[in-house]
Amino acid sequence: MMADGSALSASLDLLAYSPPGWGANLLRGLGNTVLIALGAYGVGMFLGTLGAFGKLYGGPLTRDLLGLYTTLVRAIPELVLILILYFAVTDLVNQALLALGYARIQISGVAAGIMVLGVVQGAYATEVLRGAIQSVPAGQIEAARAMGMSPLLVARRITLPLMLPAAIPGMANLWMIVTKDTALLAVVGFNELVQESRQAAGTTKAFFTFFMAAGVLFLCMSLVSNQIFARIEAWANKGTKRGGI
Amino acid sequence: MSLFDPIRTHMPLRRWVLAAIGIGIIAYCALALNWSWLQTPKYQGMIFQGVWNTIWILVVTMVLGFILAIPIGFAQAAGPWYLARPAQAFCTVIRGTPLLLQLWLLYYGLGSLFPMYPWIRESDLWPILRQAWPYAVLALTLSVAGYEGEVMRGAFKGVPQGQLEAARAFGMSRWGIFRRIWLPQAVARVLPTIGGETVLQMKSTPLVATITVIDIYAVASRVRQDTFIIYEPLLLLALVYLIIAGVIVALFAWFESRLPKRVV
Repeated sequence: MMADGSALSASLDLLAYSPPGWGANLLRGLGNTVLIALGAYGVGMFLGTLGAFGKLYGGPLTRDLLGLYTTLVRAIPELVLILILYFAVTDLVNQALLALGYARIQISGVAAGIMVLGVVQGAYATEVLRGAIQSVPAGQIEAARAMGMSPLLVARRITLPLMLPAAIPGMANLWMIVTKDTALLAVVGFNELVQESRQAAGTTKAFFTFFMAAGVLFLCMSLVSNQIFARIEAWANKGTKRGGI
Repeated sequence: MSLFDPIRTHMPLRRWVLAAIGIGIIAYCALALNWSWLQTPKYQGMIFQGVWNTIWILVVTMVLGFILAIPIGFAQAAGPWYLARPAQAFCTVIRGTPLLLQLWLLYYGLGSLFPMYPWIRESDLWPILRQAWPYAVLALTLSVAGYEGEVMRGAFKGVPQGQLEAARAFGMSRWGIFRRIWLPQAVARVLPTIGGETVLQMKSTPLVATITVIDIYAVASRVRQDTFIIYEPLLLLALVYLIIAGVIVALFAWFESRLPKRVV
């Protein structure tokens, strides 16, 4: 029992906030994880909204291209996409800058992470939002058109609010996926939570302590997110009739 | 209903144009980029070995994970609380933390713990436990079990009560009801989703490269390090995964077409 007690207190010392402990590093990693997840989620929702409307109301060419985008992204591992997009986009941006007579730039890890994960999220969000839009009764949209609303106004006032209840479970799921996908950026050396915990673990050799701590932080994040999404779902369902069984 | 049907009937012009652009891009990639490394026998052997490792890890972990998922789902759907709660907690933990973290926790954590116990080092299992792949298989299997356990919970709950009551009225034993009524109907419900889940699992397999298992992703990384070629190995990697995903989708579509339609 003595040994267990001292091992526990040693672990807690390692997790302390101030420097001999690594708590501050882990929290900084958590901050980066949340930042990237929020950014990528925003980019993904934006791309997903465009993609969903494009797939439903776009011309045949738009639909084909969007189909290609969602198929490719959903068939190739995120890790591979991250590498391809990271190198390709950095290269393209720099070549464009050189062609225009500017100097090369170094794209920051945060920006690259947000962009890459955002593109991946966009493909999944396209499918989620497309399904949700299809759940809006056609009569509602036809009525709005008959009232002479412009397509943008129909989207803003009728389609988007009515599709929300159907979209939120899927979007909540996508948020869970993006928070976990940030871990993949550890492989390309970005300092998010998993990478910070690996560095701490590698230095102190306390692998269990730090990976467990990171896991607990991820779990807390997902539990808090669940609560928030439950609230949002209740809010989005306000005023809708519930079909009783 | 084959894939080539649209061509025989009438393929619209834009598809021809898209196909031509696609072929052009592929031709450019094949001709203008540097593929000379593909001709070295050393890399050819590594690539085959890598693809093989990716595929067997995928198949083994899917099968083992699904076998584990059945009791986990059943415990949550119909089990007493002392089985349901742990199963639920297991699913929450697996689904709430990144797979990469679970993998590293098992590999580095257990891997640093085991050598401290002499009886483990002296046991016959030690040559296996010293390698990386058991940890990769374990982590990926647990991941499938967690995600599919949740799916199976819904599937077990979705089997209509009338079916179970009818079975009971026939005087079937509890085990008989489970084996002949409950389990087959629950599995029939999840079958259409398993193809998609397998593709998702395939997308997780490159993570094992981070713990030194030589899958196709690790091979591509190795080629990139050796030759300083940036894009080509990545493109090959993307192509390999696209083909595997296509094969998975086609296999499950074929498998589903052979199954009788659900009568429920």
